[in-house]
Parts: sequence; C-alpha cells; structure tokens
Amino acid sequence: MSPDSTSNTTYREELREAMREALARDERVFLMGEDVGRYGGAFGVSLGLIDQFGPDRVRDTPLSESAFVGAGIGAAIAGMRPIVEIMTVNFSLLALDQILNNAATLLHMSGGQVAVPLVIRMTTGAGRRLAAQHSHSLEGWYAHIPGIRVLAPATLEDARYMLASALADPDPVLIFEHGSLYNLSGQLDTGCGPVDLDTAAIRRPGNDVSLITHGGSLGKTLQAADRLAEEGIDAEVIDLRTLRPLDDTTILGSVRRTHRAVVIDEGWRTAGLSAEVATRIAEQGFYDLDAPVERVCGAEVPTPYAAQLEEAALPQTDGIAAAARRTVG
Amino acid sequence: MPSLGADMTEGTLIEWLVGPGDRVRKGDIVAVVDTTKSAIEVECFESGVVDRLLVETGATVPVGTSLAVISPAGEEAAGLTPEAPEAVSRKQPASPPAAATTPPPPSASPEAGQSGGTVAATPLVRHQAEEAGLDLAAVHGTGPGGRVTRADVSREAAAERPPSTAVKEEPAGRGRVRATPLARRTAAETGIELAAVTGTGRDGAVRVADVRAAAAKRARTAPESVAGQREALLARPEAAGAGPHKAETGRDAATTVHDAAARLTAMRRTTADLMTRSKREIPHYYLSTTVDLGRAVAWLRERNRELPVPKRLVTTAVLLKATALAARHVPQLNGFWTPDGFGGEAAVHLGVAVSLRGGGLVAPAIRDAADLPLPEVMARLRDLVARARTGRLRASETASATITVTNLGDQGVEAVFGVIYPPQVALVGLGKVVERPWAVNGLLGVRPVVTATLSADHRASDGSTGARFLAALDSWAQKPEEL
Amino acid sequence: MTARAAKPQSAKARSGKDGKAARHASRSKKAATGKRQDPSRAHAGEPAPEPSEAAGHRHGLLRDMLLIRRFEERCVELYSGGKVRGFVHLCIGEEAVSVGVHRALTPQDAVVSTYREHGHALARGLPAEALFAEMLGRVTGCSRGRGGSMHLFDASHRFYGGHAIVAGGLPVATGLALADRMRGTDRLVCCLFGDGAMAEGEFHETANLAALWDLPLLFVCENNLYAMGTPLAREHANIDLAARAASYGMTAWVVDGMDVLAVERAAHKAVRAVRDGVGPVFLEMRTYRFRAHSMYDPDLYRDKAEVEHWKERDPIALLLGRVRAEDGFTDADEERLEEEVALQLDQALAAAEQGELEPVSDLLKFVSTPTGEVS
Repeated sequence: MSPDSTSNTTYREELREAMREALARDERVFLMGEDVGRYGGAFGVSLGLIDQFGPDRVRDTPLSESAFVGAGIGAAIAGMRPIVEIMTVNFSLLALDQILNNAATLLHMSGGQVAVPLVIRMTTGAGRRLAAQHSHSLEGWYAHIPGIRVLAPATLEDARYMLASALADPDPVLIFEHGSLYNLSGQLDTGCGPVDLDTAAIRRPGNDVSLITHGGSLGKTLQAADRLAEEGIDAEVIDLRTLRPLDDTTILGSVRRTHRAVVIDEGWRTAGLSAEVATRIAEQGFYDLDAPVERVCGAEVPTPYAAQLEEAALPQTDGIAAAARRTVG
Repeated sequence: MPSLGADMTEGTLIEWLVGPGDRVRKGDIVAVVDTTKSAIEVECFESGVVDRLLVETGATVPVGTSLAVISPAGEEAAGLTPEAPEAVSRKQPASPPAAATTPPPPSASPEAGQSGGTVAATPLVRHQAEEAGLDLAAVHGTGPGGRVTRADVSREAAAERPPSTAVKEEPAGRGRVRATPLARRTAAETGIELAAVTGTGRDGAVRVADVRAAAAKRARTAPESVAGQREALLARPEAAGAGPHKAETGRDAATTVHDAAARLTAMRRTTADLMTRSKREIPHYYLSTTVDLGRAVAWLRERNRELPVPKRLVTTAVLLKATALAARHVPQLNGFWTPDGFGGEAAVHLGVAVSLRGGGLVAPAIRDAADLPLPEVMARLRDLVARARTGRLRASETASATITVTNLGDQGVEAVFGVIYPPQVALVGLGKVVERPWAVNGLLGVRPVVTATLSADHRASDGSTGARFLAALDSWAQKPEEL
Repeated sequence: MTARAAKPQSAKARSGKDGKAARHASRSKKAATGKRQDPSRAHAGEPAPEPSEAAGHRHGLLRDMLLIRRFEERCVELYSGGKVRGFVHLCIGEEAVSVGVHRALTPQDAVVSTYREHGHALARGLPAEALFAEMLGRVTGCSRGRGGSMHLFDASHRFYGGHAIVAGGLPVATGLALADRMRGTDRLVCCLFGDGAMAEGEFHETANLAALWDLPLLFVCENNLYAMGTPLAREHANIDLAARAASYGMTAWVVDGMDVLAVERAAHKAVRAVRDGVGPVFLEMRTYRFRAHSMYDPDLYRDKAEVEHWKERDPIALLLGRVRAEDGFTDADEERLEEEVALQLDQALAAAEQGELEPVSDLLKFVSTPTGEVS
C-alpha cells in the first residue's frame, strides 16, 4: 500500500501512511476524533485505518472537542501516545481550555512531573469556500503558547515524516494541515529520512529577497518566486515548517544574505505570526535590512463564502510578487 | 492586621468584638476589618485573655500591625510587647494618606518649570503649551477657577512668537537622511557620508546599493588615501594622519572598497559611531588662544638638565597639567551632559586622545590629573600611551574621562578643532609648539607658542565660560614651577 | 494511622524518646496491617478492604480528618501572616469526603482534583511538608513551588492535580481512565469536583464520553451547595445532581458527605462496581464548607445561622461523638490525638520553611521537556 518513490502520491495519502506506520509500530499509539473511524475522517485522511487497527485504536468520538482532547491529554499522561484529530481549527476553540490550560501547562504547573506526549492534528486555512467557521488560520494563536510545539507540514515529505518525530516528542505537538494541501500530489522523496522539528527549510535558494511562509501559502510563494525570476529577481523561499519554536537561525541567516524580507501568512495581519517573524527580523537583523519588511497576510475579515471575495481575502501569487518587488525595486 | 488578600496593604478596623479582659479562643472572631473589597472578620490564632487593644475603631493601619495583645490565660500581661502601643499610636496620626492632606512642599525654584502640578489645565492645553514652548505657570488663565484654556495659550504664544519659533527651528533644520539600516551601517563602515548619497529607494531612501555606488565612485576619483580622508570627515581631524588605507585602483573599485571596509576594525566603527553621535547631538563652539610657552620651555630646559632621559618632562605635560587645573577652575566644562542636563564632576580625570597604529582612537584618562605632581602626570602619560597602543588599557581608564585633550602638535598641526567625546562637554586641542615673533611689554621677541583650542558643548556652557577656561590655562602655563 | 495499631502504638509513642520515630514506627505498622500504603498490595487487582467497624479503624478516620482540618487552620494563619499568597480554598467541613473516598482507592488508582484539594492531597498520602512547602513557594513543594495551593501534584501518588479551571480536570481524568481501559488494567480514576462544575459543558461532555465508553471512572461530586457564592438552586435548573448524572446512563448515588463512615461505605461500593466493569459511577456527596469560598471572601451570600446549623453536623464532631459513645474514647485520647497532629504539623511546617527557593535562573524550566526546549 505504501507508495514507492516513483509513483504519484498525495499529501492526504502520506498523512495516512504516516499514521498507519505509527499505529503499526507502537502499541501505545491510537487515533481518536470525530468520524475518524467508520467515516474515514472528514477529509478522508484516516480512510481504511479502522479496518486494519480496529475501533479501539481508531476511535470515533462524540462531538465533544473538550472531552476528547482532554481524554487525549489524560491518556498521554498515563503513557499512551494518542493522536487526536480535530476536524478544523475553528472547532479546536471548543477545546482551547484543554490545549492551553492543561496540555501546555501541566508539565510546568506540576514542577516537571506530568509530561503530555500528545499529538493533535487539525485542518486549517481557507480556499475551499467553506466560509467563516471552517476556514481560519489560527495556528499563529497556538504558536503564542509556551509548552506546545506547532507544526505546519507543507510538502509530501513533511506530511509523511513529521508525525513520527512529533510522536517522539515528550511534549504536546499540534500539527496544522492546510485544507488546500490534501490533494497536493507528486512524488515522495523517500530518501529524506526522519525530519527534525527544529528547523525551517529553504525550499528555493535565492539572493535578492527572502520570502518567508508556511503551510498553504508555500505553493503560491514558490509560484511568485518563479515569476520574480523571470524579471531577474532571485527570491529565496523559506518554509517555516515549525511555527513554535521558530527557527531564528534559518530566517536570519537568509535575511542577512538577501537584506530583504517578505512574510506571507494566511492568518490575519494584526498581532499574528507574520508580526512575530517580522519583529524577530527587526530585532536581530535590523542592520542587515535594506528595505522595510513586507507582509502579505489574510485580509482582516472573517473568511467570506463568495469565490471572488475569498480569493481577495487570501495572500495570492500576485500580491506576494508585488511585495517582493517593493523590497527590491 | 491580617493580610486577607494579595492586593491588601492596609485595613480599617471597623469594630472590636472583644475587649480587654475577655477570654478568647483560637479561631474566635475578634474584630471586623474593612478592606478595599468589603468587611471581613478577623479571627485570632491564640487562646487567652485580651490584655489590651492596640488599634482604635476607625483607624487604618498597614497589614502586619499588631491589633491587640492576648495574654495566655491565667498569666499576667506584664512584659508583653511593651513597645507596641507606642509604635501604633505613633503611626496613628501619620497613617491617613499624608499626601492627600498635607499641602505639597513649596517648590525650591518656581522658575524651574515644574508648574505642571499646580496649574489647572487639560492635557490638551498642556500639550499645546508644550508645543508652543510656553511655561503654563506664566500663562494667565481665564477659564473657570483660573483654569488655563486653549485661547489663553494661543494668545500667549502669539505674544511670544519670536523666541518660540527660534527654539523650534533648530531641530527642523537638522533633517535626518532617509536610509535603510544596512545602508547606514555600510556607510559608516566605508566612511561615506549618507547626506551626500542620492537614494534610489522608495521615497528617496538611500539603500546599500547607493552607498556602494558612492564608494566605488570615490575610489575611482580619489585613489589615494580614500578611506583615511573620509574617516577624517566623519570622525576626528587627527585621524587623517593615522595611516590611511590605500585602496587599490583599477579592477572592480566597488569590490575593493567593500573589502577594505570589511577590514576596518571594530575600534574604527566605535570611533565613527561616537563621533557621529557627537556631531549630531552636541552644538559645538570653538575658542582659540595662543599661549606663550617661553617661561615653560625655559623652566623645563633648566629642570631636565639634571635628569636622566626617561625622567625628563616635555611641554605636553605642562599643558596637560595646566588644562587639568583650568578644568577645576571652570567646573562648567568638567563633567557630563545627561538627559537631565549638565552634571559637574569634582575630580578632573583628564582624557588623552591617542590614535592607534591600526586606525581608530582611544582617549584613556589620567585620573585626578589636577592633583598629580607634574612628574607624575608625565609618567602617567607615557604609561597610558604605551598601554593604549598595545591594547592593555583598563576599562576604568577608558570610560572615566571628564574632559579630554587631543594633541597633534608632534604631527605638525598648528591648531586642532576637535570633536567632543560625549557625554563630556569639552575638548582641548593642542597644536605644534612653534617659534613666533611675540611682543611682550612693547618689545618684540621670538617665543615658543602653542595654539590651544577649546571645543565646548553650547548646551552646557557659553563662550564666556570657555574664555575663562582658556585664560586659566594660559595663566597656569606661565607658572610651570607651581604645577 | 490505622486503628488497630493505634492504642499500643500511641503508648509506644508516649514512652519513646522521639515522637518522630514513634510515628514512623506507627506508619510501618499501618503498612503491615494491610491498609492504604501496603506495598504488598501494589498491584491493583485486590479490592480495597471492607470498611471496618472496629474502633481502631474509626480512630484512624478521625485522625485523618483532624489532620486535614488542623492543616487548613495553619494555612489560614500562614495566609494571614502573608507567607502564603494567591487563592487559597479551604475544605474545612468537607473532610469526611476526602478521607472516606480515599480509603476506597489503591495506590495504583489515579486522582484528579480541584483547587479545593488540600484534603484530597493529604488523604491521598501526600506529605503535609510537601504541601506546606508548595504553598510557601519552595522548591521542595510537591509542585516545586510552581503550582501553589490550587495546583498540588504528585505523580508518585498518581495525584494529577490541583485543577483551577472548574471542570477542566474532568476530561483529563477521562483520558487516564481510557488508558487504563485500553490496557486492560483494573485501575480506576477518581475525579473530584464541585456542584459548580456540573453547570460546565466539560462535565457533560465527560459524563457522556465516560458512560459511552464504559470507562473506569469514579465521579465524586462534592455538593457543598454553593458555586463560589451562588447557591445550588440559582445555578441549576434541576438540583438533583445525581439524577442528572444518571441520565447519562451511569450509576449514581447520593451520600451523606458529613458522615465519613457513610462516605467510605459508598466509595467502596462504587469502586467495586467500577472495577467490575459497570463503567463510571457517580457519587453526589452532600456536604458543606464551614469557611468562606476563599481566603478573601466576606461570605456575605449565606446566613450565619445556616453555617451554624451545618456545623452541628461537623464530620469530625459526628465521628468523635460516636467513638466516645461506642469505643470509650476519652478526653485524654482526644487530647493526645490533637497533640500528635499538632506535632506532625509543627514538624512539617518547620521542615517546609527550611526549603530552598528555586533560583530565578531556573525560570524557564518545565515549559517543555529538556530535549525539546522552546527558545
């Protein structure tokens, strides 16, 4: 079932293979969430896993985010390695008490006694006309919280290999899967081995400007870089991958070479992840900057349903390229 | 007074539920206390007999104050915390918030501009007055209760226009160059003056490419001593003689300059930053005088005759000591300018600018120079210069100078108009000792003279102060034997 | 201390030179008699002992309740003296619930509690010294001084907090129980919460999940009639809490929470049922706190007369009356018990006050496990 390196695969399939592998390898691992079992997951990620591992380890839950996320926390404390799926990031707000007040806090509040090795996966982001209660990009909120790790796989390889590293982390890890990526297809590079969760990746090297992004905006940013290349602007594209802790070394290393930075984040601009990245650049790279840091962010509006409005509310290739030109031109 | 919450600092005793002689048991409620939140019952933690109450009903006391003395049942109260009642009764009158009832202490200097506390005016009006450079206390208020209104400020500002506009013009005149951080850094490293570079960035901002282009152009037009000259402009005049970098011509000039910039030491950058700051922030004024060194030179010659070479004194030592004594004589030039204004220093720590062979500049201090005998000043000078050039200065020496001397006489310079080391407020530049025709008492003779130039901070002193300083310096130079 | 050993033990303690040593001996003896701390019962399979009607057993219960009450009275003193800060919630009046419930648990079971948890922690066997030290902010505290009164933790006792979000601990308890169920152990999880928590969504989500999955969870609701200052009838449309729990399909009983023997009996019965696999069981303990909600509470929302009325059913006084009447417990016995408890608390507090403060350089510790520290 596992695709070999020459066959085409998708982000969704690789997420599934990663879980299959984890479930097969470690008895302590189980998957739990709304409709992850018989239905196969709201976005089809866990389709078929219940047949292989049974309803105990691929466990459908009632619609009670707080209870099943909290249950994941308790099970993790008791030595299990739960993977909890929350259907979308908007629903995760129903479990915010558990994520912030318990998962992120128990280790500290107990003076180091109670670690929570829990993985929570959820869909994030817009672009599928799901309107304002299924589309937001709140991973930046979670990146605000000390005590949890926040991942945003944006490639087939990260979809496949981040989970194992996340499960090996002794503390809570949140994985944000951008909804527009599930159908991303291509060939998996099986040679990249286990991934470390502390570093950002340079997806396209360049010299003139650093385009810093993550998740669902990576593809658009790479497209923008191609377009810029035609104009003679050599853009570097950084995929943050891990939103907490941020990899300052890679970000600043790039900006010190290019002297210009554009941060692309589908989340809202105000007090968001892009603000954090831009601030770190200002704090640590001020004297290397040859242009103000630019940001391309989601419009400050709940995500609208109408196609043209939704498109306008999100970072798009044109806007990213234009911002890059402003830093260079 | 028990602490009944993290935010409770004091409490008011509302009611005593027990009195002297009453028997109380651990856990009994003995009083009611009013906190900022509400009335709360106070329980006691001891069993016994209430000996006396220390705090009266209605009194507000800080958390931790003893409220009453409880004697163990059956024991006499004698000897129990006899000082407590006094302590509390002393506190009593003081405990209502003193600030609210006592009138504010009279201001020592009403002109000092601390009028904000007494003049009734809205924040908007205060802001308006500040903008106009008006002291609110001096404005006649026509509003209710003498309140100063916007109209009052406008009227007063119109009357006072000349001085207030004069104050405002100065900062407006110093325009800041719009440049990126990287461009600024590179300009400083390569000695390019940002103001002279045409910016091609957004809204005319100077970007690093513009600075590099300017540097490349400079390298082409002035192949010799490029960096040195530019550094001199940016930093200190004497740096011009400190061994200019030679920029290779030909090839890629921009690259060469860039490489040269990379070789500049951190010392160079520090000097550049400091001097840039000085010229940006300090309104310098300059005064010069020519000092007759006839007596000093003759006295030194006489004195040195008996001494071995290492112990001989040079004129510089005389001038340094004279400068130190002049600084003590005119304390307005000896000290530091801080955000709070000038602060004079009692001791004179005399900084001596020493240019380093690798470029850059340090100005270590001869501590307490005004109190040292001349031979000691000489010894310290030799020691400092030697250690400065081998990089063995102590931090205390490099940071403590209260006034600085820069002497370029040995390099043939006649007069030095130096740049003040912030936060100091004065710098004395000494030129070469030269023989000049000199009239004394109507008779013309040839005398050794030196030009001493004072650079002083106009925020801290005025020209007349500077003039007194130079006069004092001159006068000490005429009495070498008293140094 | 257990009771069978109590009489000869205390005689020994009185004759011994060193009270501490004597108490230690008493503890070892307790272990040997097979009560709570016995390592030979270290696996969870055995049922906890039936409540003994023997006098010694009652004396043990009395001592445990007295320890909690005197401990909390010391807390009031420490708080009033400014040594303890933050929010401190006392369970004085509710000691019977703490003591009775914990007698039914084994060391392998887990406990998840609330912010009014001093009694639960002591009954669970956490040392008073570690609790004092925690409240004094010392690194020797049971949570290294990072939690304070509301966040007592001790993983070695499987005591998982100390939760100050009302009902926030319930989902975690569910997860601990889920792990037990998935692994096929017969451990259970006891979660304690107040009547206020039953208005929270998290209670209802948890009750549903636990009942749906037949999780080995003992719900203990300490119904003290007030959610902070709001009386039961003003916060619940239906004040029959046990009935509401039962509506989720779990067994639910109402228990006189002022009678430690009744609590203990009910707890044993419930624990046996849970271990037998019936799924979660819910106990509504009707109890009352004699003190205000927290230290900084003027207690304006209830009648003094009401408090006095409930004090007539003070769980310690109730049991004391019984042991006097039935076991020949004398004033001297009571005095000795008080002295013992006072001595234990004196020593615990003195030791706690010796505890070091954690250096500020350690501030960022315990945010994540060292291998994955966040910058």
